[in-house]
Amino acid sequence: MSDKDTKVDTPESEPAETKAEKAQGAPLLDVNGQPLHWLVRPKTIKLLWVLGIVLLAFVTWLGTTVHPHATFGIEGTLAFYSWYGFVTCVGMVVFAKLLGLILSRKDTFYD
Amino acid sequence: MTDLFVSPSFILILGAFLLPAVGGWARSALVLALPLLTLGAIWQVGDGVQMTASFLDYQLELVEGSNLSRLFATVFAIMAFAGGLFALNQKSVIELAAAFAYAGSAIGVALAGDLITVFLYWELMAIGSTIVVWAGRTPEAGRAALRYALVHLFGGVVLMVGVVAYIQETGSIDFTLMGANSFATWMILIGFLINTGAPPLSAWLPDAYPEASWSGTVFLSAFTTKTAVYVLLVGFAGEQILIWIGVYMIFYGIVYALLENDMRRILAYSIVNQVGFMVVAAGIGTEMAINGAASHAFTHIIYKALLLMSAGSVMYMTGGKRKCTDLGGLFQSMPLTMIAGVIGALAISSFPWTSGFVSKSMTSQAAYDTEMMVVWLCLMAASAGVFLHAGIKFPWFVFFQKDSGLRPKDPPWNMKAAMGLFAFLCIWLGVQPEPLYALLPYPTDYEPYTTYHVYEMLQLLLYSGLAFFVLLPLMKRKLTITLDFDWFYRKFAVQIAAHLADTTSKLIGGFVWLRDMLVNSAIDVASHHHNPKGILARTTPAGVMVFWVVVLLCAYLAMYLFV
Repeated sequence: MSDKDTKVDTPESEPAETKAEKAQGAPLLDVNGQPLHWLVRPKTIKLLWVLGIVLLAFVTWLGTTVHPHATFGIEGTLAFYSWYGFVTCVGMVVFAKLLGLILSRKDTFYD
Repeated sequence: MTDLFVSPSFILILGAFLLPAVGGWARSALVLALPLLTLGAIWQVGDGVQMTASFLDYQLELVEGSNLSRLFATVFAIMAFAGGLFALNQKSVIELAAAFAYAGSAIGVALAGDLITVFLYWELMAIGSTIVVWAGRTPEAGRAALRYALVHLFGGVVLMVGVVAYIQETGSIDFTLMGANSFATWMILIGFLINTGAPPLSAWLPDAYPEASWSGTVFLSAFTTKTAVYVLLVGFAGEQILIWIGVYMIFYGIVYALLENDMRRILAYSIVNQVGFMVVAAGIGTEMAINGAASHAFTHIIYKALLLMSAGSVMYMTGGKRKCTDLGGLFQSMPLTMIAGVIGALAISSFPWTSGFVSKSMTSQAAYDTEMMVVWLCLMAASAGVFLHAGIKFPWFVFFQKDSGLRPKDPPWNMKAAMGLFAFLCIWLGVQPEPLYALLPYPTDYEPYTTYHVYEMLQLLLYSGLAFFVLLPLMKRKLTITLDFDWFYRKFAVQIAAHLADTTSKLIGGFVWLRDMLVNSAIDVASHHHNPKGILARTTPAGVMVFWVVVLLCAYLAMYLFV
């Protein structure tokens, strides 16, 4: 499971690069001029995206198959852990960005 | 009573002084043997006071065993072993010696039965860890070590004030559950909290730890914050305020790590985050919560060291690169380091079948059982946030993301072996939690692998992963740092001092001018009257004398006649 999950992580940062590499035509080369590693080829990345989305849908479905002894009301909402995980993470990233607007400095600030 | 021949902590502390005296294979053998000997000695420590010593009028309890203290001492010794194995190629023997003395002192705190012994080891830890930071041997490391020492010496003074006041108040030096209910206990609590990385002084940790060498940070991540968790569990379990301090630390760690570019500072912020979970558990204070904090400390030391070993290997093999903006694509040439990093990242995120899952779950369970809904919701959000800021961000930016073109090899065998050992423990404890549960302070029949709980964590974590990749443009790393409380002592205080120096020098300048003016005018007056033609220096003719004598006689006559 853990390996699977790591692979799911891999795809999504590449879209911008993917297009650039497609434009170069085959064979795809990396920045050193070597053949592109199979894990970062556009095809693999697309496949990992699809697998990732299937996996997300699957775990959400799994979550609805068990009914908890919900101590707190909010826990009983539909697919609670799915939306809660997503929404709170978006919240934290947005909050961090806003804080960064005020508190970010160049990394030579203290030099 | 004194069954022990020597306190386990002495083996490492005294052994540390031997390290510089020997070289080559003998040093390597010593580095590996000392922690194992210590581990053996720790397991000989039975319950209750095992070793005493007289100090002034007090009977110190140098070694006192309990389940909780043995658990912490055990993981400290395991950490010293793996850290030593990882650091065998470290040329700076001072760093190794300091790290071993530091580890020994941490074990000393875990086994201490009284407040004076706690304090003595506490200060030894501060010295050892400062030297480890300083041994990074860069100007930045030197400055960071100084700031680190100042914060910890300040913490030590606060603790000392608390201990002295406590002894005055109660007449006892015994280190037991005290609760924050007087000036003395508050001071002790504050002294302890400074070492956990609690607000407002949290910045000492991400400031100092990443400046140590590639191996130094691995040692640093383990001892200071976890001994602080240990002493909180012994002295202040159930102290409500700790819950909110812990929640703050959890989110502080996440938010600052999200903004960070330096891979080791990301991991340093995540130490504050993880210790926050333990501080919350100490605040909840139920048996489940204390078990949760203790087991979480145990697993955390292992996976955090694994993550920092992975980061240290990258630094070691790339000549010291540690900024996300300089790294990326390393999975191609460092597959083993990448796998170690990913296993550590999954464990810190408490992914099912890793050690983090079986330990952190107990803390959220404790909040759930005590029906603290807000705390529980915070912990759930934080679990997702850990995956976001450390679980994905660290491996992603170091080993994947854009290709940096760097192709360093995996590190030497000993570093791989250390990572292999800890990666194995991360998974083994996750699949087989019973040995860990057997070490816990309270007996437990907690079952982490219920269907509901596994599904719950999978959803939280995978959707957190989705959020990461959807928001990837916002995550793009820049060459920035984020201001923190340390701004006050790194910039503000410096500016105030410069301003004061300026004002003072002006004031002193003013005094100098005034002094010169007074002296000069005194000289002027003197020279006016005493110069050769001055009124007091010139010679007067005899006629003038006679004239004045006549005047005086006339005056006398006038007075005689008319008065």
